[in-house]
Amino acid sequence: MPLSSPHLLGLQGVPAEDIKLILDSATTFREVLERPIKKVPTLQGKTIVNLFFENSTRTRLSFELAQKRLSADTINFTTASSSTKKGETFKDTVKNIEAMKIDMIVVRHESAGVPHYLTKITRANIINAGDGRHEHPTQALLDMYSIKEKLGRIEGLKVCIVGDIAHSRVALSNIHGLITMGAEVSVCGPATMIPVGIESLGVKVYNNINKAIEEHDVLNVLRIQLERKAGTTFPTLREYHNYYGITAERLNEYNKDILILHPGPINRGVELSSEVADGPYQIILNQVTNGVAIRMAVLYLLGTRP
Amino acid sequence: MKILLKGVHLLNPEQKLDEIADVLISNGIIEKIGDIKESELQSENIYDFNGFYCVPGLFDMHVHLREPGREDEETVLTGCNAAASGGFTGVACMPNTSPAIDSAEVIKLIKEKAANHLVDVHPIGAVSVGRKGEGLAPIAELYEAGAVAFSDDGVSVKSAQLLRNALEYAGMFNAPIIEHCEDESMADGVMNESIVSTQLGLPPIPTVAEDLIVARDILIAEYTGQRVHIAHISAKKSVELVREAKARGVRVTAEVTPHHFTLTDENVKTYDSNFKMNPPLRSEEDVKAMHTGLKDGTIDCIASDHAPHSIEEKELEFIYAPNGILGLETELGLSISELVNKKVLSISDLIMKLSVNPRKILNIPVPLIKAGEKANLTIFDLQNIWTVDISKFKSKSKNSPFDKKLLTGKSVAVLNNGKMFYENEFVSLT
Repeated sequence: MPLSSPHLLGLQGVPAEDIKLILDSATTFREVLERPIKKVPTLQGKTIVNLFFENSTRTRLSFELAQKRLSADTINFTTASSSTKKGETFKDTVKNIEAMKIDMIVVRHESAGVPHYLTKITRANIINAGDGRHEHPTQALLDMYSIKEKLGRIEGLKVCIVGDIAHSRVALSNIHGLITMGAEVSVCGPATMIPVGIESLGVKVYNNINKAIEEHDVLNVLRIQLERKAGTTFPTLREYHNYYGITAERLNEYNKDILILHPGPINRGVELSSEVADGPYQIILNQVTNGVAIRMAVLYLLGTRP
Repeated sequence: MKILLKGVHLLNPEQKLDEIADVLISNGIIEKIGDIKESELQSENIYDFNGFYCVPGLFDMHVHLREPGREDEETVLTGCNAAASGGFTGVACMPNTSPAIDSAEVIKLIKEKAANHLVDVHPIGAVSVGRKGEGLAPIAELYEAGAVAFSDDGVSVKSAQLLRNALEYAGMFNAPIIEHCEDESMADGVMNESIVSTQLGLPPIPTVAEDLIVARDILIAEYTGQRVHIAHISAKKSVELVREAKARGVRVTAEVTPHHFTLTDENVKTYDSNFKMNPPLRSEEDVKAMHTGLKDGTIDCIASDHAPHSIEEKELEFIYAPNGILGLETELGLSISELVNKKVLSISDLIMKLSVNPRKILNIPVPLIKAGEKANLTIFDLQNIWTVDISKFKSKSKNSPFDKKLLTGKSVAVLNNGKMFYENEFVSLT
């Protein structure tokens, strides 16, 4: 059965069957990544554009690698600033690229809603690689894949997302995806980092990290954006680390068996201590490998969708 | 030239006028009201307006005409044409032009551009030089040149002290200060803060950002005894603050836009920038509070915040797209569809909010419908069901979220300054 939508804009409203299909397909591609020749001809002849309006190294590399492993032709359009600042509108930029006859667009943009807008102005399949603080669906899919790989299931697990929930696109995608797959989801962070009305999505809110560690099977620890508002949404990095940082002492005291995820890049000594970042609880590098497999699965399922 | 408006329903709550009659107009002046023999006139000058309301010309006290500075988006002429088409005979235009309306020269320019038009244009002067919130603009000079009120619209008057001074200074002319109410430090967003902004991942603006400035302004107006007018009120708590202030005698008035009594933040879910405005579209509860406020008189008038923007700007990514939508050509239809037909306002109340009150706030005489008076009239059809078509708008811009919407109630004709706009054409009555 194909995916129900020709695009992957977010995980809100994506049915469980679709998520399951992506996760199952990723298992196959995960196996391809272990072969000596890590390439399949699945998307030969397809042209994919990576349209990155915001700096991103790892997500772009991961997508690009996934595309190459599937034998697609890929081109990159990377600009730190919106093209509008050069006089050409965003729409013109996209229309120009589409006129070069492309099949799929992977887009990252600092404005929420840009992937949705692309579906209205182009005929390409659109994959959201992060839009503002809205969604980052492939990150949540690879997080779910990694949890399942490690713990054998998602359903019934208690997962807590820790950090700046209000400014995070990873949080929202994880919340939607995990709830759809039957996990119990919470968020934990200082009150200034919890967005209005988040409870109505069906998540529990924690302000105390020790309690969150104690009561969950999995912590997905978000990166603290160092450039973002230190002194306004939280007092200092030191205080953040002292009250919300995941340290070996905390894990040993409150929950030795917890699984730690982090979407990277890590700020060592801020949201994770180095001991935890390199320690036995975490699967951070597995997430990175699985990211390629998940992106291969998504590209394959959308690119071959009838 | 004489024309005859046959069988119109004359309504002017200011005059306690509510009757069906014929109106004979001679060279733009009302000559006679009553039963008029058709034989006195040539047949092409007889307008059968049987069943239509005829009211003192509608007035929109909050429009952006974009001239000088952004003539690619709107000019005084195209804005006036849009006003006439929407049923308005007068507008007050905001000073966030380029340059701002902070000198008599700019007022003179706008007045010159508007001269000889059917629609009267009343400029609103800036409170501060360049709307920068630092030094006071030359308020006396602006008033003398024709400014009817003062505002730094787009932003609130920056400091409490500057607002106090502006209120006291403009108070010498009994001219109100019109306030865009938004605490700058809390308003670094692009839509209303709610579960919808959380779900859409768009930076939010909380209602309290509006409430704070409404509260500040009410307190300073109360302290100084001067007049403040709250522009485009949108939050429930702000309406409550105005209601309480009015009850204790503070000289505060308020307006609401059609979009704030019609749409909610749920509409933003399409990421269509035609739903991006400031103040942002609020919740269902806030919309209900607008209805209650209109009904009990807390909100004095309806104003469009007509804000033309070029297509290329509105097509930007949501966070970059400019705020605001067109209003003049959908305002009457939305007001009738959403307020009169949903029993929020009577027709008479509607005329107060769309014609009488805005003029009173700006100290502009309310047109009377009686023999010897200049014909300043709007004739509208309460029953006409029509589909909004932005391609037919007179405005130079096309940014409206109401395209293709079915509305009930439409202007049939407007008369003012010896001219008539009817069936898409201006005709001279002299």
